[in-house]
Amino acid sequence: MSLPTQTSPLESKRTTSTTTPKDQLLRLASIVASACLAGLLTTQVLPVTGPIPFALLWLVSFIVIYGLVVRHADDALAAKDRLMSFVVTGGATLVLLPLVFILGFVFIRGIGAVSWSFFTQDLSKTGTLDAGGGLSHAIVGTLEQIGLSVVMAVPLGIMTAIFLNEVRGPLRRPVRMLVDAMSGVPSIVAGLFIYTVWLIQLGNQGSGFAASLALSILMLPTIARTGEEVLRLVPGGLREASLAMGATEWRTVWTIVLPTARTGLITAVVLGIARVVGETAPLIMTSFGSTAMNQNAFKGFQSSLPLSVYQLLGNPFAAQQQRAYAGAFVLVAIVLTLFIVARILGNRRPGQRGGWRFGKRKGRNA
Amino acid sequence: MVVNISPAKSDGSEPDLVTTTMGSDSLDTPRKIQRSLIRSDRWFRRIAVGTGLLTLVILALIGLNLLLQSRTAIQSQGWGFLTNKAWNPQQQPPVFGIAAVLYWTVIIAGLALLIAIPVSIACALYLTEIAPRQAQKPLRSLVDLLAAIPSLIYGMWGLLFLQPHMVPFAIWLSSKFDFIPIFRVSRPAYTSSALIAGVVVSLMVIPICTSVIREVFAQTPQGEKEAALAMGATRWEMIRTVVLPFGRGGVIGGSMLGLGRALGETIAVALIISPTFEIHASIVETGTNSVASLIALRFGEADALQRSGLVAAGLALFGLTLVVNTIAAFVVARSRSGAGVDI
Repeated sequence: MSLPTQTSPLESKRTTSTTTPKDQLLRLASIVASACLAGLLTTQVLPVTGPIPFALLWLVSFIVIYGLVVRHADDALAAKDRLMSFVVTGGATLVLLPLVFILGFVFIRGIGAVSWSFFTQDLSKTGTLDAGGGLSHAIVGTLEQIGLSVVMAVPLGIMTAIFLNEVRGPLRRPVRMLVDAMSGVPSIVAGLFIYTVWLIQLGNQGSGFAASLALSILMLPTIARTGEEVLRLVPGGLREASLAMGATEWRTVWTIVLPTARTGLITAVVLGIARVVGETAPLIMTSFGSTAMNQNAFKGFQSSLPLSVYQLLGNPFAAQQQRAYAGAFVLVAIVLTLFIVARILGNRRPGQRGGWRFGKRKGRNA
Repeated sequence: MVVNISPAKSDGSEPDLVTTTMGSDSLDTPRKIQRSLIRSDRWFRRIAVGTGLLTLVILALIGLNLLLQSRTAIQSQGWGFLTNKAWNPQQQPPVFGIAAVLYWTVIIAGLALLIAIPVSIACALYLTEIAPRQAQKPLRSLVDLLAAIPSLIYGMWGLLFLQPHMVPFAIWLSSKFDFIPIFRVSRPAYTSSALIAGVVVSLMVIPICTSVIREVFAQTPQGEKEAALAMGATRWEMIRTVVLPFGRGGVIGGSMLGLGRALGETIAVALIISPTFEIHASIVETGTNSVASLIALRFGEADALQRSGLVAAGLALFGLTLVVNTIAAFVVARSRSGAGVDI
């Protein structure tokens, strides 16, 4: 270990890094050695060649060589520790790799297919073989349906979270189990439910509102569940302080608990929206889709981005496929935008100005 | 209604709120603080309880309505609905059932979980224990982003990108390991298989599992982790002896949640599969199915009897996921970790 010489030896800075140069050298050497071994095996010894066997052999021989090397340099415990760290890191890479592939795929396929007319026109006058036309009707449909389901599901979801964590009482445990169970209701079952009640029994036509009813059923448990987890993290001391100051229960919730948990609650709502924005299955039997613009979510079949993309993908014609790629691109762009906005909002500290808050701030209690 | 606040418990947890009726208090209780809830709080509680019970109402309504609407189909098929493999509601007499579809649903979900659980645990451990501190938050966001990508996009990607890359792998599997029944094929067709559907579904399940598991791992008491390290444990030993036991409930809960999601996954599976109503062991051969995608694919063209049959299939799916999720809820409730965070 090299010590800086300008300070006295007693006050020398200690290295707090978790890896030492020796560790790094061992790792590097193992990577090189295993690459050489794998290269030798795939080109000279084994009958298999190609990049994929090479990568697999590299991985396996790295694990073996690195384990042996660390075992030799340190001991078996250290070897096991390093190897498990490697495996865990590998697992994380395996999770994030598809993200790159999926975003790249949608971007590359979609960017060429998006044009101005995509946002301004619908498909009512465009034949299946023609280029042009657009999905403006689907974008409007998605915005309206998601908006309606947010209006219905967010208050109910947050109220359920409050019930689960603030009001407590004997029903808390069964209700939490029910919310868990509800979050597992498959989206297509929610669609079938709205179909049987809203369309068959109440005799309504399929519409964007029917779709948003189904979507809010899917959104509610996500918001309630995440919201409860978030409210649980609000320190009990804050609640007790508020109650001890004479605040009523609902005022404590409104002015102390909810603002404290604001960040997490926004995340909960965003997760709820993200859960349903690309949801296609329930729309098949509730809003049915159309090729023409329908701005009224309460009357007539209405399309939406995921439904359009799904219907267009099932179509063999190149122009329709192109529109599907463009729709997928816009859908992913919406999800990404929502996500980034939520992160920026969520990252604000509770006291910071300009943030979105639950209780309106009166002038005198600043 | 009177609220009786018992003195704070010695273990420092919050005092229990016990509701008693007016006049039932006895004189010899040591100390009793009574206050009646003011009107606004009474309403606050009523509204909260009402909202909480709404979930029960919705779930009951779902079950009830699906049951009502599936009556026609169940009367037509009887128990055959559960044992028939074929799906021919238009035939005279109509014969349809969900045996094959249910089998393939379970196979796809099982494959997905087989891949998803180890990977999710590894990813959650990486995010909480191994990743550099500055990288943890951005990486977490990326996992959340993966959860936010719609199932439709996964399906499209799986169909157009993953499938062409998976087919050579499937061919390799079936040529090298054809002594194992699940890799044996009766004809050389490898697209739209249960394996490809399973891999795509696993990709969709992983972020959900990971975020549940990560959350629980992150709540491991710092003191216990430091104690293990101070006793000379390596990082892996610390993870094995402190983090994993502490997060067991989360792992099971996250996996069960993933299972529920995998069973009900619709659009991605519907895009990828080529429906079959046969049961065969091979997971690499063309032809698989799932209850949810059956409903999605057949709904548009269906007549009244078939729609009723599809609703019945939905009822079966609803029941299955409900059972899975209820078991999960029990398991997690028994080992719920990280409750009660205080200043």
